[in-house]
Amino acid sequence: MSAAIRVRGLERRFGDFVAVNDVSFEVGAGEIFGYLGANGAGKSTTIRMLCGLLAATAGAAEVAGVDVVHRPADVRRAIGYMSQRFSLYLDLTVDENLAFFGGAYGIFGARLRARREAVAAELDLGALGAELTGSLAGGVRQRLALACAILHEPRVVFLDEPTAGVDPEARRTFWRLIRRLARAGSTIFVTTHYMDEAEYCDRVGLMVDGRLAALDTPSGLKRELAPGRMFEVHGARAAEVAAALPGATVEPFGASLHVRPADTSADAATLREALARRGLAASVAETDVTLEDVFLRVVGRTP
Amino acid sequence: MSAIEATHLRRRFGERVAVRDVTLRVEAGEIYGLIGPDGAGKTTTLRMIADLLEPEAGEVRLDGALGYMPQQYSLYGDLSVAENLAFFREMYGLSRDAFRARRDRLLALTRLAAFRDRRAQALSGGMYKKLALACALLHEPKVLLLDEPTTGVDPVSRRELWDLLHEFLAEGMAIVIATPYMDEAARCHRAGMLDRGVLLVEGAPSELLAAFRHPVLAVRGDRDALEDLLAGDEDVLAYTPAGARLRIVVRDGRERDDVARLERAGARTEPAMASFEDVFLARMRDARSAP
Repeated sequence: MSAAIRVRGLERRFGDFVAVNDVSFEVGAGEIFGYLGANGAGKSTTIRMLCGLLAATAGAAEVAGVDVVHRPADVRRAIGYMSQRFSLYLDLTVDENLAFFGGAYGIFGARLRARREAVAAELDLGALGAELTGSLAGGVRQRLALACAILHEPRVVFLDEPTAGVDPEARRTFWRLIRRLARAGSTIFVTTHYMDEAEYCDRVGLMVDGRLAALDTPSGLKRELAPGRMFEVHGARAAEVAAALPGATVEPFGASLHVRPADTSADAATLREALARRGLAASVAETDVTLEDVFLRVVGRTP
Repeated sequence: MSAIEATHLRRRFGERVAVRDVTLRVEAGEIYGLIGPDGAGKTTTLRMIADLLEPEAGEVRLDGALGYMPQQYSLYGDLSVAENLAFFREMYGLSRDAFRARRDRLLALTRLAAFRDRRAQALSGGMYKKLALACALLHEPKVLLLDEPTTGVDPVSRRELWDLLHEFLAEGMAIVIATPYMDEAARCHRAGMLDRGVLLVEGAPSELLAAFRHPVLAVRGDRDALEDLLAGDEDVLAYTPAGARLRIVVRDGRERDDVARLERAGARTEPAMASFEDVFLARMRDARSAP
């Protein structure tokens, strides 16, 4: 696997505060790499260093073959960047926005027209060229922002919370397009707060207080960091269930409860029996462990 | 009466009908999730319930004081946490003693006490939202309206907000939360799916899931190959990744054909549970394809 991003001992200090602390990882070409963490965990600081916008205080980083620590300006042409506050001009049309971003990357004339058609086809923007950007729905605007970020055919694309506030249908469409881009060879580095989206990633890194606390495939993270099983219990109160199942984590989930027993071998039947012994006739069904369970565990709120 | 009774609300902006006909009833101690895509009418509905926007038709009755947390920034960025709360005290006309007691309780609940002198603009996204919530709760409302309180907030802060909401629910508050997060709708007692100004369906999430008629399968195999196989398939209504597996929703009655096709391609399938998002997207698609 050839690496599109190589990071070794990367560090960034702001005064006494270490925002990114000795972080190392590699991202392979064509890989979708999810970078998760609480607000303030160091995600954006990492991205800003990898994009050559912020100098590292220690360590080495190479993006698309460019040493971003020593030659930060050279990396711009090799990367695309899109953030949640996608910076489109709302009073320009779709085509004008693309032309504007093309110009910023030195793409004009026939090449601009060809690339504009290519990204419009790739991102299902079809015949929207003459539409005013301000009149587009959120999901379409988001695809346009992505189009602007990949117009210059970057090898590595950074997406910083690209789907914040976008509805589920648009999010699914967006991720289908991201997977398509990755399969065509682009490397994707993405941050998100939506744990279900992290499932689309090939591998996921979890940042906690500036450090990379875990890095694996979504299934690997669940296996390692949230072992055991999760059950949905309906028809009993949290306090009753907690009393009947010592050591279990119990939390309200709508009208039901999400329960993770301390005994990782327990199944729905044994739980039902344990509750019945306390006179609780609750329904119990197994439910999936999610990356959110992993996140809450690693970041340290849930025992 | 219910804590919130909104009947046949309607509102246009110029030519555009933002809310066509929405009726909502929410009881004390209940949390109701209002979910829907951008532009479905969630914010307009909340703003009419909050009496910030006049309905063109319909009626709103609230049983008790109202707290409202808008989606956009609602605090003074250059004021500190404590100063923002004091500002809201003036707005609500609270006595000094009542204010101090409530402020201190809310600061403790939101774990913002250590940050009382920090300016609002210097707070993290999650802390900012908690402060906005504290300001909306200062006058101890019986009815709380939250417009996308967790958008852009990390999972830990999200979970904290939900824990807080459950505390207030236990005290008998009625809450309406607009959210684009399907997993949050599943955490509500009841949820309504809003699309183009109309509630497509509402009910307890468990009931909505139970009534979902399309089979859901977990498929294991080479993910890229599976996606290629499924992409052009009209009978596959949705597919989403779940760890090493792909979860798919197949049109009712077509699962046998699809399973056979997937297994011919070397994949293994097993039945799986529907998610709330599956219900939502299928309903939306049905509504859009209806004449």
